[in-house]
Amino acid sequence: MTERAYNFAYLDEQTKRMIRRAILKGLAIPGYQVPFASREMPMPYGWGTGGVQVSAAVLTPDDTLKVIDQGADDTTNAVSIRSFFQRTAGVATTTATRDATVIQTRHRIPEEPLREGQILVYQVPIPEPLRFLEPRESETRKMHSLEDYGLMHVKLYEDIARHGHIATSYAYPVKVEGRYVMDPSPIPKFDNPKLGNMAAIQLFGAGREQRIYALPPYTQVVSLDFDDHPFEPSKADHPCGMCGGTDSYLDELIVDDAGGRMFVCSDTDYCEGRQAAGHKGKDAA
Amino acid sequence: MTPLLSVQGVTKHYGPHIGCADVSFDLYPGEVMGIVGESGSGKSTLLNCMAGHLVPDSGQVVFDTRGHGPRDTVTMSEPERRMLARTDWAFVHQHARDGLRMGVSAGGNVGERLMAVGARNYADIRAKATDWLGRVEIDAARVDDRPTTFSGGMQQRLQIARNLVTGPRLVFMDEPTGGLDVSVQARLLDLLRGLVRDMGLSAIIVTHDLAVVRLLADRLMVMKSGRVVEAGLTDQVLDDPQHAYSQLLVSSVLQV
Amino acid sequence: MIELHNVSKTFTLHNQGSAVIEVIHGATFAVAPGECVALTGASGAGKSTLMRMIYGNYLTQAGEIRIGGVDIVQAQPREIIALRRDVLGYVSQFLRVVPRVPTLEVVAEPLRALGVPAADAQARAKALLARLNIPERLWSLSPTTFSGGEQQRVNIARGFAHAYPAMLLDEPTASLDAANREVVLSLIEEAKARGAAIIGIFHDEAARARLCDREIDVGRFSPGLAA
Repeated sequence: MTERAYNFAYLDEQTKRMIRRAILKGLAIPGYQVPFASREMPMPYGWGTGGVQVSAAVLTPDDTLKVIDQGADDTTNAVSIRSFFQRTAGVATTTATRDATVIQTRHRIPEEPLREGQILVYQVPIPEPLRFLEPRESETRKMHSLEDYGLMHVKLYEDIARHGHIATSYAYPVKVEGRYVMDPSPIPKFDNPKLGNMAAIQLFGAGREQRIYALPPYTQVVSLDFDDHPFEPSKADHPCGMCGGTDSYLDELIVDDAGGRMFVCSDTDYCEGRQAAGHKGKDAA
Repeated sequence: MTPLLSVQGVTKHYGPHIGCADVSFDLYPGEVMGIVGESGSGKSTLLNCMAGHLVPDSGQVVFDTRGHGPRDTVTMSEPERRMLARTDWAFVHQHARDGLRMGVSAGGNVGERLMAVGARNYADIRAKATDWLGRVEIDAARVDDRPTTFSGGMQQRLQIARNLVTGPRLVFMDEPTGGLDVSVQARLLDLLRGLVRDMGLSAIIVTHDLAVVRLLADRLMVMKSGRVVEAGLTDQVLDDPQHAYSQLLVSSVLQV
Repeated sequence: MIELHNVSKTFTLHNQGSAVIEVIHGATFAVAPGECVALTGASGAGKSTLMRMIYGNYLTQAGEIRIGGVDIVQAQPREIIALRRDVLGYVSQFLRVVPRVPTLEVVAEPLRALGVPAADAQARAKALLARLNIPERLWSLSPTTFSGGEQQRVNIARGFAHAYPAMLLDEPTASLDAANREVVLSLIEEAKARGAAIIGIFHDEAARARLCDREIDVGRFSPGLAA
């Protein structure tokens, strides 16, 4: 089979139109989960089938694609998806955040601020923020339509009651434009402040759950909290071992059997950029 | 005086079967009304029609709202009806697990209605929840425990606290003491009576237990085959029943 | 205060061949404030039935029963409830309470229902229980476990907690010893003195003679005679 046996970016044009309609509706109603007819993709559910379909629907031959998984360009998932689109769309790829026009991500927002004209595509496992407390889809839809969101705060209440603080550290729920409560996908809550007022378009795709939702540029996004337990974006309280940066989200690495560990930027492009500019952390070779 | 709830000609069919037919009555502030009848008599259907869980085929359920006076809750928009359901109304289910979130702590269960109407101060919500646990005689130390660790009677009391925390004016109860031990029932009845009196609540209690209505209800409606066959003062209906079915019902109770 | 006009009562026993039994026919009398009237007649003449009709406990088929301006026969349930709360007291022979509720609260409850603060209502309840010789150690217990005589006295304390303008007393001195009987009689005399209209059933002839201004023979209203 030749690679020309595929349509551009794998999906047929009718499917892409269907997905684009869902995306446009999502952009028109920020935070609202739009159902779409998710297709079988040549990868298992949970590996980004939703994000891949959204990326396929928005890619043009002139785009430059970046794919990150937990911030890194070089993990299996990121490499696989990048090569998938290289083969099926023939688009240029990059690891540099600033050079990309479409960035598909799993669980992170790049450290470098995005600009107008860029599209950030999130892979979403469970799009429904109310799901863990209310298992009935019919009921959660009704709760969204009626703005019946008391339950969302019950989840945060339970956190504080059990842990003394809001222990939810990823997939931290947000309210969009004062209307829809939205799951930002499992990004660390450190990234939540970047969701709001972002210059780029943000698209969220959940393949297994067949939902697409979106944030148009410069959308108001507020993380839910209590007056006396305000939202706090948090990260490990260390500088990056490689680049010495103090304002980026860090991964903790175990480096030997003696309990030795180091903290490094989860955003590999950001870290490499800083190192290239001469910044150096204590663990850098 | 304006009735708190005015039910007019409420009818609900399930296909060709009658759920309840042409039920009308007025409930005034502070009144407790019992609805008795055997299984299938339509009392639960009627209760669910009044509480907005079922849409009647015809008829009106007019509630005297705080802001806009008497409004037909059948034709009002769903957001308005839901707002009533979490502020001015309460619904106590027969099975506590239908009315509680079993995966959420006791405090979270009580606090939910507060958060649903906009409470955003954790300390306040927790203090109110703890206060209410005390009022329904649950040890404050259990505030972070899940209802799965509670006895049946405690679960039912927790359900009541969860419902009353927002200071509703009308409480719908569906067999609130069903399935509980007799001694636990007595404690619950005493608690309900005190709350009804102290909060000035109006209540509609569906039950098949005549002893429960005698102790809790001012007024009584007897239903059979979806229709109200007799209504009046509770003690009058129980001591001097007029309709053949009411007489049968009253005379069928075992004396202890 | 209490006026009956042409009052009749029938029982229809639907489950016993729809037998219709007329028990009271054409009862007419009135009781003024400060007056105590005894209902008399042989057992089964309908004394208790008539009293229950006046209280609204039994449904009246015809006639008028006016108490403080309200016609019990036509009144809505909520009007009767209000009347019983404010105006019309009833001391029955049986105590009917929620199990587990302490005696003190049982007695204070009529006042609490009227909106009297808990402390004031309890003070009044304590005074009455003490006067009726209910030992203080029993006040915090439910009366359901008490002896018959004790229950009767708790019932009387409850019935006299609020100063009702109209009172119905069904055998208030039955099963009481001499000392407690005397307390109850003086409670009734005090109620009379403050202007309550009282209708009572007393098998205790001495009590009847001491308290009652008039006697009404319920036998007069039995249908056999009227026909």
